[in-house]
Amino acid sequence: MKKNRFQFLGLSWRFWVVAIVIYAVVQVLFSTNVINDYMKTVIQLGCVMAIVSLGLNLIYGFNGQFSLGQWGFYAIGAYASADITYRYASKVSLPLDLGFATFDIGQTGIYIVAIAIGTILAGVIAYLFGLPVLKLGSDYFGIATLGFTIVVKVLADNSDTILPFPEMKGARGMVGIPRLTTLFWSFFLLVLAIAILRNLLNSSTGRAIVSVREDEIAAKSMGIDVVKYKNLSFVVGGMFAGLAGGIYAHLYAFLHPSLFNFIKSFDPMIIIVFGGLGSITGTIVAGFGWALSLEVLRIILPAGAETWRFIIYPVALLLIMLLRPRGLLGGVEWGFLKPKVWPQRKEDQTAKVEAAPQEAV
Amino acid sequence: MGPVLQIERCTKYFGGLRAVCNFDIVVNEGDLAGLIGPNGAGKTTVFNMVTGLYTMTEGDVLFDGQSIVGMEPHKIAQMGISRTFQNIRLFQNLSVLDNVRIAYHTHVGYSLADSIWRSAKYEKGERELTEQAQEFLAVFNLADRQDEFAKNLPYGEQRRLEIARALATNPRLLLLDEPAAGMNPKEVATLMELIHFIRDRFKLTILLIEHQMRVVMGICEHITVMDFGEVIARGTAEQIQNNPKVIEAYLGRGAAAGLGGAHNAA
Repeated sequence: MKKNRFQFLGLSWRFWVVAIVIYAVVQVLFSTNVINDYMKTVIQLGCVMAIVSLGLNLIYGFNGQFSLGQWGFYAIGAYASADITYRYASKVSLPLDLGFATFDIGQTGIYIVAIAIGTILAGVIAYLFGLPVLKLGSDYFGIATLGFTIVVKVLADNSDTILPFPEMKGARGMVGIPRLTTLFWSFFLLVLAIAILRNLLNSSTGRAIVSVREDEIAAKSMGIDVVKYKNLSFVVGGMFAGLAGGIYAHLYAFLHPSLFNFIKSFDPMIIIVFGGLGSITGTIVAGFGWALSLEVLRIILPAGAETWRFIIYPVALLLIMLLRPRGLLGGVEWGFLKPKVWPQRKEDQTAKVEAAPQEAV
Repeated sequence: MGPVLQIERCTKYFGGLRAVCNFDIVVNEGDLAGLIGPNGAGKTTVFNMVTGLYTMTEGDVLFDGQSIVGMEPHKIAQMGISRTFQNIRLFQNLSVLDNVRIAYHTHVGYSLADSIWRSAKYEKGERELTEQAQEFLAVFNLADRQDEFAKNLPYGEQRRLEIARALATNPRLLLLDEPAAGMNPKEVATLMELIHFIRDRFKLTILLIEHQMRVVMGICEHITVMDFGEVIARGTAEQIQNNPKVIEAYLGRGAAAGLGGAHNAA
């Protein structure tokens, strides 16, 4: 029976083998210089964008709450985790010589702790912010979350004066963050995020979350605590953003408030609409597509024409909306992301079924 | 066999408009009660107040002797009041099976942590829940439709699915808001059978709103008639049919006088 097979987070051994093979291939391509350092960073940026957008897809695509606050939580996760590693990473260095490579347990440990704290902080703030604001109707909620992103950006601008964090250096930008994000972490944290989101959605809780999007009044009448599930998806979505922020901060080792400008908060929104609302697969594909195409187009387009990228994207979005209104991969999922299919009930208890009046429709 | 639902002196104002005024009703355990009245009489407003979607201006609602005024809709639903809607409110983009499984949500035997970790408890809970949902679908002859989107079902099946979903919350009191709306006479006949069937099978108390006199007269044991937010008559189907006030509300004053005269002469 199934019980004996290896499973982790409900995903079969096949899934984990494929994940490890993908990671290994990219890592080997990098070690043999087929992929240069620059492209490796871009791939990791793809992981980051995919995680932020998965969080937003939970909030907007699955729960139906139009949020522009995702970028604010991303900033919170980035600054919070960067501050921790900035302060402590150098103090806990514990290099471990494996012979063929050195591995720093202390630094990796503080990196994981810092990212976890950034994620949890983003979740706590999402909870406190969502408590009053999620009561608002859809458009008003969108405006309120946009306001949140602006507030976070302004706080980041003044982090050295209003906030007691001189090391964040306000509008001058935070430097000196240890570059601790590796391909391993960005890839496997993305896999973890995908697994968690999948398991959350394919459960009774996930169905309750989707029912809120479908019809709030009907959901209430079925005994579903609508406020609770709006809060839950907003918090989990915000935590995804915080996690992505933490990975990002330690990838480029430089944070500047302009990165967290509210205009940027539309990026994940565009990614999920392009990829398909309510499609995990679409979000991952569009997240990577976004990060890679931005850089590839920078190379392909003739010098001075890079700005055309920001014409190409809106046009692409328009075309997708016209040709595939549900997004590129709306309604499509990879097999392992699909909910379990239950065989139809066999009509064995005919007596019971016969008892109900047949309807001639 | 005490009263399951008691509404006392219930009044609702929308701004200056008095939608419901001093409405009283007692529904006893096992009753199949009907609430009728012309368009705009305030019937659905009463349902919305009972289920907590509207807050009443004045009055009290007792469910099993306990006041439920001011409680949140999902709490009221969890206590055992379930409903359907006049304009069908299914979870359109979800499968038929998921529609019913969502209604089971409050009886699920596993936690969020179980579902993230995919523990054995999750597997077991999910199987039980699905089997129960499938049993409901079988009862309503929707078993072969389980994987279709709710929005793709024909109208009559959507109505049946909505009733199935309401029953899956395991209610004691079922409120049906115009279950026969938009149905042809044949569909209405099967619907009436269905309502009788679920009342007996699930041991429910049912209160239904209906426009079509045929339905109400055919299945309701107690009927309350509303007009302009007030109760104008109560009684059995026969008593209601011969009540001049009811005839007046439905057909107008002249008709009432004519029919009343004919009745007296007979």
